[in-house]
Amino acid sequence: MSQTNEAPEAAIVLDRVNKWYGAMHVLRDVSITIGKGERVVVCGPSGSGKSTTIRCINRLEEHQQGRIVVDGTELTNDTRALDTIRREVGMVFQSFNLFPHLTILENCTLAPIQVRKMPKAEAEELAMSYLRRVKIPEQAKKYPLQLSGGQQQRVAIARALCMKPKIMLFDEPTSALDPEMIKEVLDTMVGLAETGMTMVCVTHEMGFARQVANRVVFMDRGEVVESGTPHEMFENPQTERLQTFLSQILRGH
Amino acid sequence: MSGQTATIIGTASAAREQPPASLVGPWAWARRNLFGSWWSSAVTILLGYLIVRWAWGFIDWAVINAVWSVPVASNPLDTAAPCRQMAGVGACWAVIGDKWRFILFGRYPYDQQWRPALCILLFIALYGVSANRAFWRKELLYIWVATLAVIAFLMWGGVLGMDYVAQDQWGGLPITLILATFGLAFAFPLAVVVALGRRSTQLPAVKFLCVGYVELIRGVPLISLLFMASVMFPLFMPEGLNPDKLLRAQIAIILFAAAYLAEVVRGGLQSLPKGQYEAADALGLSYWQKTLKIILPQALRMVIPPLVNNFISFFKDTSLVLIIGIFDLLTAGKVAMADPTWTGFSTEIYLVLAAIYFVFCYAMSHYSRSLERKFSRARNR
Amino acid sequence: MSATTSDPRLAPTRQAPKQRMQLSWTDPRFRNLVWQALVLAIIVAVIWYLVGNTRHNLEARHIATGFGFLESTSGIPIGEQMIPYTSGASTYLRALTEGVLNTLKVAIVGVILSTILGTIIGVGRLSPNWLLAKITAVYVEVIRDIPVLLQLLFWYVLLQGLPAPKASIRLGSAVFLSNRGIKVPLLVWEDAHTWALVAFAVAIVLTFLWRRRVHRQRDLTGTAPKVWPVALALLIGLPVIVWAIFGAPLTIDMPQLHGFNFSGGGTITPEYGALTLGLVIYTSAFIAEIVRSGIQAVAQGQWEASQALGLHRGQTLNLVVLPQALRVIIPPMTSEYLSLAKNSSLAVAIGYQDIVSIASTILNQTGQAIEGIAIIMLVYLTISLSISLFMNWYNAHIALVGR
Repeated sequence: MSQTNEAPEAAIVLDRVNKWYGAMHVLRDVSITIGKGERVVVCGPSGSGKSTTIRCINRLEEHQQGRIVVDGTELTNDTRALDTIRREVGMVFQSFNLFPHLTILENCTLAPIQVRKMPKAEAEELAMSYLRRVKIPEQAKKYPLQLSGGQQQRVAIARALCMKPKIMLFDEPTSALDPEMIKEVLDTMVGLAETGMTMVCVTHEMGFARQVANRVVFMDRGEVVESGTPHEMFENPQTERLQTFLSQILRGH
Repeated sequence: MSGQTATIIGTASAAREQPPASLVGPWAWARRNLFGSWWSSAVTILLGYLIVRWAWGFIDWAVINAVWSVPVASNPLDTAAPCRQMAGVGACWAVIGDKWRFILFGRYPYDQQWRPALCILLFIALYGVSANRAFWRKELLYIWVATLAVIAFLMWGGVLGMDYVAQDQWGGLPITLILATFGLAFAFPLAVVVALGRRSTQLPAVKFLCVGYVELIRGVPLISLLFMASVMFPLFMPEGLNPDKLLRAQIAIILFAAAYLAEVVRGGLQSLPKGQYEAADALGLSYWQKTLKIILPQALRMVIPPLVNNFISFFKDTSLVLIIGIFDLLTAGKVAMADPTWTGFSTEIYLVLAAIYFVFCYAMSHYSRSLERKFSRARNR
Repeated sequence: MSATTSDPRLAPTRQAPKQRMQLSWTDPRFRNLVWQALVLAIIVAVIWYLVGNTRHNLEARHIATGFGFLESTSGIPIGEQMIPYTSGASTYLRALTEGVLNTLKVAIVGVILSTILGTIIGVGRLSPNWLLAKITAVYVEVIRDIPVLLQLLFWYVLLQGLPAPKASIRLGSAVFLSNRGIKVPLLVWEDAHTWALVAFAVAIVLTFLWRRRVHRQRDLTGTAPKVWPVALALLIGLPVIVWAIFGAPLTIDMPQLHGFNFSGGGTITPEYGALTLGLVIYTSAFIAEIVRSGIQAVAQGQWEASQALGLHRGQTLNLVVLPQALRVIIPPMTSEYLSLAKNSSLAVAIGYQDIVSIASTILNQTGQAIEGIAIIMLVYLTISLSISLFMNWYNAHIALVGR
């Protein structure tokens, strides 16, 4: 495991990260540093590389050049580094990706038992405490497909939290939801932000960004175009590309 | 779903006003479904005529003029004389009455035939239990292992006061059931491994081997594998080690079935959404944890209907062992036909054999279709 | 979204760097390499062991190896001959060739007939006529659930049970059914017929050219003559004219009963007849299901939409329904053809001399099991591959037309 001399408060460091799909250069020198406890919203038009970026952080996608350091561990081809990082980084997906053959409770306890080698009773207790926090403890014995989309996404958040991660990644967590369910998921995320969790969130929910983000990163065509506080970014966009993007988003709402 | 809505609407409107008499009742039904157009009428009349004629001819032969039993004659060759008088006019079911135990159990010792009979019942019970969705749990595996073990004990004997019966005395329906069921039971795990191997992009050499195996087996007829088992396997074995013919055929059937099942399992693996793999990766599960806890439980559930369909094919394909001289149901029937007492009554025996195969296959295909309907309804919900 | 023509992500200035593997167990690529090497090593070891055993066994039994036996004289009598062959004079190679041709004779005729019968039954299952729909459903259900080998044996017994030639059943004036097979009149082949066939091939090409011309004209002007009258005239007229030019020879060799046997005419042997009949009946039940589900797969909405656009029934079928149905039908149809070809190997059970039957006789005579089975497998792999390739090509062609 390679410990590095990065500033100790940095949770995630992306340093000139590059990625190609064949000849397509999808991430171009992406550099972002995210401090511990920081809450960063990544936005941008579709195909801008924002999802690819956060999927590189826990290596659902492999970057080909540059450095990614997560919680002091550099992400390399070393499987030990990858195991460490995946244990410390939780992820929530656009399409929930709950395991349909397992109950809600089993979804939450699977990884703590298998990966963290936690005793079953302890894992279940932990899972119930998180299910209470996302306000659906009464659904624990049900199967995912019996729940609404919003409930499923809250379970997905609880499932990720059960691994006691230091960092949470959200990949468009509300895009697959009906409008009336978006709020319950966002409320859960706001509640999580208040606990001081380091969060990286790809989303178009500008209200959420304003409310909880320390920083907004705008990406377009595979590169970071602009970044700053939500206030700076939304009230005073510097680049034409961000202006265009914001006007499209606002028109859409 | 839509059917329900339709009936509700139907009854509601029926309560309010009756449809005209010309639209209901058997006559209206017949006019719509049998005489819808002049073309349809012609088809109905022609088919109706042929059915009545053939059905009558068949009943005449199979029931009315049939010989159901014959008295015992002093010369065994004369036993069939009453049948011969009716040859071509009436069926000779007496041959079945005389030969049914031979057809079902082959040359298994006569006074011990309750053992294979019990095995047949055990097989049927095993299928019945496996078909019940309430039993689709890990325990089903233990039930299979236990049942197959009991069947092996019953067939071989040699313990608990049962006489030992060598494999070359086994025959008839139990052989067919053994070849198909043991074939499935051993082919399935192999198929899962091959399917996983074929999907592994990280291990090109393993993938290449799996593709080669599947495509080679699927490209050649089963009979060539059975020939291989009967004439080539003995050459492969070290001197002195010569596995039994039945075992060799069983191995060929396992290798054959595994290639087809591997493709079925692969279909199930492919139909899982990518998100399931990603979610498992993101939680930090290892390859085997991911495969055993997340991927296979879902993929295998999905492939049950095609799995049943494949099993039906294997069940029918086991009849090919006739060609290498293994005593399965079809072979037993053929041998029964060759009995000099009963020559010339092969049609009757073929019909009974066909009926036995049909009952098994029809029950399974009926089940598989109802399962498919349930599955697709669950998906559409 | 971004309408600019030059997307910087496609700029060829930078490319992905090559990554180097580390010789460490924690590098997954190294680990994968080790696993693969291990698997290959095990396989090689097993093969090595089996080959060693086999060589030892062959020596102990004094069995020759290699394909030298192909050149030696074969003593296998072959009843069904496609090419000249004499038992005791021709080579094993020629006997095997005969076997392959006999296999192809069954497979090709079987594929064609079972497609026709299967399509008729499949369409019958969707008929509004209740009786027809039920009967075809029963046919499919019964035939599918009985092993094909049992069916073949049954048909063979039935054909063998026909009366002797003297008492043979006559169908019409010149077809005789007897336990020696089915005797049919045969056209005496002359040059004129060969040329007529050539003319027919030319007519097919001309029809395609004509069709393309018509379509181009329609694209340009909107109106065009119909395709089919000209096509019909070409396909029928051209061969007939050529045949007439060569003197319109038409001698038919009629089968005649002389004493206890027939002379003249062509014969369908009971073996070939039973095998083809059994395979066609069995396979047609599966094809019927494929055709039925293929047609049903095209949503009712497609019929309605196309008719709402003013296309009539024939155009709807041709331009909308069939292209979609065929795309569903062709992949499973391919596997039915493959299984028919493979099932033709059951010939050995009823004594039809296909490749399996002849190769296994040779195998018994020479003891060269490995070579014999290798030949059988090679022949079937070739047949399977050819069918797959042809159907893939056809499927690609259909997909293109359908688009």
